[in-house]
Amino acid sequence: MVQPTIEETRLSTEQAIQTYRKGARITDADALVVEDLSVYYETDSGTVKACDDVTFTLKQGERFALVGESGSGKTTLAMALMRLTRPPGHIAKGSVMLNGRDITKLPDDEMRKTRLSELALVPQGAMNSLNPVMRIERQITDGIIDHLEDGDPTPTKADLQETVRDLLTRVGLRPSVGRLFPHELSGGMKQRVAMAIGISLRPKLIIADEPTSALDVVVQRQIMQTLGRLQEGLDASIMLVGHDMGLVAQFADTIGVMYAGKLVEIGPVEEVFSDPKHPYTKLLIGSLPSLQEKREFLGIPGLPPQLIFLPEGCAFEDRCPSRFEKCQAAIPDLINLGGRREVACHLYEEEAKS
Amino acid sequence: MTNSVTSPTPTNKGASGGWNQFNQERVVPIKKYAGRNPSLIVGVVLLFGMLLLVGIGHLIWDTEMFRPLSTPTRLPPTGEHPFGTDTQGRDLLAIAILGTPLTLRIGLIAGIVAIGLGTVAAFLSAYYRGVIDGAIRSVVDVGLAMPALLILILVRINVGRELSTDEMGIAIGLTSWVFPARTIRSQVLVMREQAYVELSRLSGTSGMGIIFKEMMPNLIPYITASLVASVAGAILASIGLEAIGLGNLSDPTLGMTIYWNIQFSSITLGMWWWWVPPLVAIVIVFVSLFLISSGLDEWSNPRLRKRV
Amino acid sequence: MSAFLELDHVTKTFGSEGLFGGGSVTVAVDDVSLTIDEDESSITTVAGESGSGKTTLARLLLGSHVPNAGKMLYRGKDFTRLTRRERRNFRREIQPIFQDPFESYNPFYKVDHVLDEPIKNFRLASSGSEKQQMIEDALEMVGLVPEETLGRFPHQLSGGQRQRVMVARALLLKPRVILADEPVSMVDASLRATILDSIRRLNRDLGISVIYITHDLTTAYQISDNIMVMYRGTVVEAGTVDAVIPSPQHPYTKLLIESIPQPDPKNRWGSEPPQQNWDTSDLQIAGCRFADRCPAVMDRCHDTKPAQYLINDHQLTACLLHEENGEMSDTDITTTFQTEKETIKAIPANS
Repeated sequence: MVQPTIEETRLSTEQAIQTYRKGARITDADALVVEDLSVYYETDSGTVKACDDVTFTLKQGERFALVGESGSGKTTLAMALMRLTRPPGHIAKGSVMLNGRDITKLPDDEMRKTRLSELALVPQGAMNSLNPVMRIERQITDGIIDHLEDGDPTPTKADLQETVRDLLTRVGLRPSVGRLFPHELSGGMKQRVAMAIGISLRPKLIIADEPTSALDVVVQRQIMQTLGRLQEGLDASIMLVGHDMGLVAQFADTIGVMYAGKLVEIGPVEEVFSDPKHPYTKLLIGSLPSLQEKREFLGIPGLPPQLIFLPEGCAFEDRCPSRFEKCQAAIPDLINLGGRREVACHLYEEEAKS
Repeated sequence: MTNSVTSPTPTNKGASGGWNQFNQERVVPIKKYAGRNPSLIVGVVLLFGMLLLVGIGHLIWDTEMFRPLSTPTRLPPTGEHPFGTDTQGRDLLAIAILGTPLTLRIGLIAGIVAIGLGTVAAFLSAYYRGVIDGAIRSVVDVGLAMPALLILILVRINVGRELSTDEMGIAIGLTSWVFPARTIRSQVLVMREQAYVELSRLSGTSGMGIIFKEMMPNLIPYITASLVASVAGAILASIGLEAIGLGNLSDPTLGMTIYWNIQFSSITLGMWWWWVPPLVAIVIVFVSLFLISSGLDEWSNPRLRKRV
Repeated sequence: MSAFLELDHVTKTFGSEGLFGGGSVTVAVDDVSLTIDEDESSITTVAGESGSGKTTLARLLLGSHVPNAGKMLYRGKDFTRLTRRERRNFRREIQPIFQDPFESYNPFYKVDHVLDEPIKNFRLASSGSEKQQMIEDALEMVGLVPEETLGRFPHQLSGGQRQRVMVARALLLKPRVILADEPVSMVDASLRATILDSIRRLNRDLGISVIYITHDLTTAYQISDNIMVMYRGTVVEAGTVDAVIPSPQHPYTKLLIESIPQPDPKNRWGSEPPQQNWDTSDLQIAGCRFADRCPAVMDRCHDTKPAQYLINDHQLTACLLHEENGEMSDTDITTTFQTEKETIKAIPANS
């Protein structure tokens, strides 16, 4: 009655412990280098800067979490990295170096080959992006077959079945799931299928956009732990895009906070959570309800700006408790505070100079 | 704690008063939408262009010449009779001017009857479910399985006399309401489960209230698209009936013209001016209706919308 | 104390048994009894995963579903036997706040529609200006500016604003009970506080009872007085929030609490918990529904169905581990809930 995942669980406990030994996992090599990436939408009412001058580096083996609320630009960024930005949006400037190539400059067919094989996306609501009239195994093999090059040997039916079986087991599903249709699976199972498709060509970088939204806490934890295991197995790097700070704290090594299209703070997860520098990050962490004590609900007063009416200075200025004169006048740049700690706030300009 | 919206929805500044405001609020959005939905606009332009020509024709041409024996027979297009004449002395331009709107009229009547009945049946069936749904669905299923043309032929034979254009329209409508009934029913079934419908019910709105206030407005685009499709189908049915001789002999509809063409072997006689215009007219009618229908489809289904 | 609403051994099933024994039946809610009293006003959380039955329970309480077994009583009268007038009163007294702030609005109308309809239907205002005043007051109470909210279409407002309008709507009707089904799960973190705060104020200032349905135990802990945890249709644990959360007794509750992603990088999850077995139809499970995933499972659990056992005055659980406490004679889970409204001391965050 109990499915093979129990065996998987026993194995994965060891692996789960291992994944938290970050030192072994993260190397010094760069997996992804993003510089000044900007995604603009030209509309009749003006230019919407969904993403502006975003710069950060993802190390090999690292788990980088990009957080922000709706309108912060994080999903736009994730899509831009995959070159899946839909018109009228376009990459206005910047570069994205992956494996030594700037993927923003690649011709379309080159990019298609890169997708899934080097860079995979597990999109938001992935469970809804499964083809309802195709069996699971076919959806997995589709991507594989599509990426076959001219010189490659044609995989036999047995080869493909074996690959599907392997992938499904890796994501914690019974191999028999391959014969099912999407509507026969639960939300968590569909998300795992989406992950299986994502890793089918063993990419080195997996972008997971809100992989667990709409899933419950227990399933969420299982999915995130599975994702961690997959990463281990593939020796890959993960970029997690989301808004759940709790998830980030549990899963990520490094966190990047976005607000109104800009990256406002970056740093190792423990440091940012215990000592947030940017006022927005401070308020965000402060608003998280705890399970230990009861207290007043704290939100962040005001609303994020509409991206079409961005102010001249810092976008957070009108809601910031620490604002001063310079904030309205100039947009703060990302300042390095040592190591991987960066913050885009005028408050730290003096500190950085010293 | 007051939280205010940072800035209002962008409005066009400087558009106040008179034409300027009317232009900004009404004309500009239509123009913008037209740019993004070319099929709808092209379809509408085509259809109304044709109707306009017909209207002008009514005014400047002697349409009485549609009757037999009004003109010399078998004349190819000349200055006096730009569309020529047929074997029975009818002026074919007059036929075209009168026939096109007649055929469209049959389609319109049939379409309205079909959609009217279909919508009512669909709503009753989908909203109230249970026995009513069972009963209506059985009728619809039987109706879908029956060959409409055959039924119409039987009706015509039983009635004995010729059917006027309006009667034909109604008859076609009565046999074709089952198609829109089925599709609209599915739409209503989906809509019924929407959260806003449940919220309305919990706000005390009655069943009828929900049908008319909550669901109907959202279905208008879809119903309109179905109407256009129904009209096109009905025109086809009427042409079919007329071409086999079950139409009204004295009506100069496009279908009847085809009938006369067949009766008098116009192709063998080499009278191209007799069969080309009605075919062209039929093609234009169908193309325009199809374009309108696809344009409406895009409007009614936001997912198909190509705009931002 | 008379009961406003009472569920008496209510069971709700979906699906049907096939002609020859095939088919699948889901027991969404299995033999649940609870009481919502007339006089007290508390916030009760119904917690559980998807498939736990919490949404079905909500629908039952709203009157959208009819129980297959057991009864629902409104002011002592069987719900299925209410007159039209009584049913109308019922509608007025229990109102929802749904999860999806977009789907709750009819895109054809402006947001005013959602506020106008109930006032008109329940005849809450005697004139247009009184109606306008009521609407503006309600909007202001949830922190919205009427001029910037009314007259707009749903897509012109943000998710947080739309949800606040929903709370304002509930306020307008001044129901006895508000059923909030995951009201903030689709709203941004920084706006959640405002909305939850409004809901809490509805309870404190207006005495409205709130049933808060969620899988987020953290906000549940912050906002509610009582909690009932559901798993596959059964109430596995119930009691006051101060008893259950710090000291959960049912293995499933423990699993839920452990799985909450704490925003503390130093305090991370342990190993991966076993998955739910989706194959077995509910009817086939003879014993405890949680047995196949339970870390503390005993042999008995597979064939003996646990009853409800009292742990203390404020906590009960449906787990055979606590069998020696003896079955509860009164299966109404609300007997463990707190009835006195104790003021929850608000500790300022930076103390």
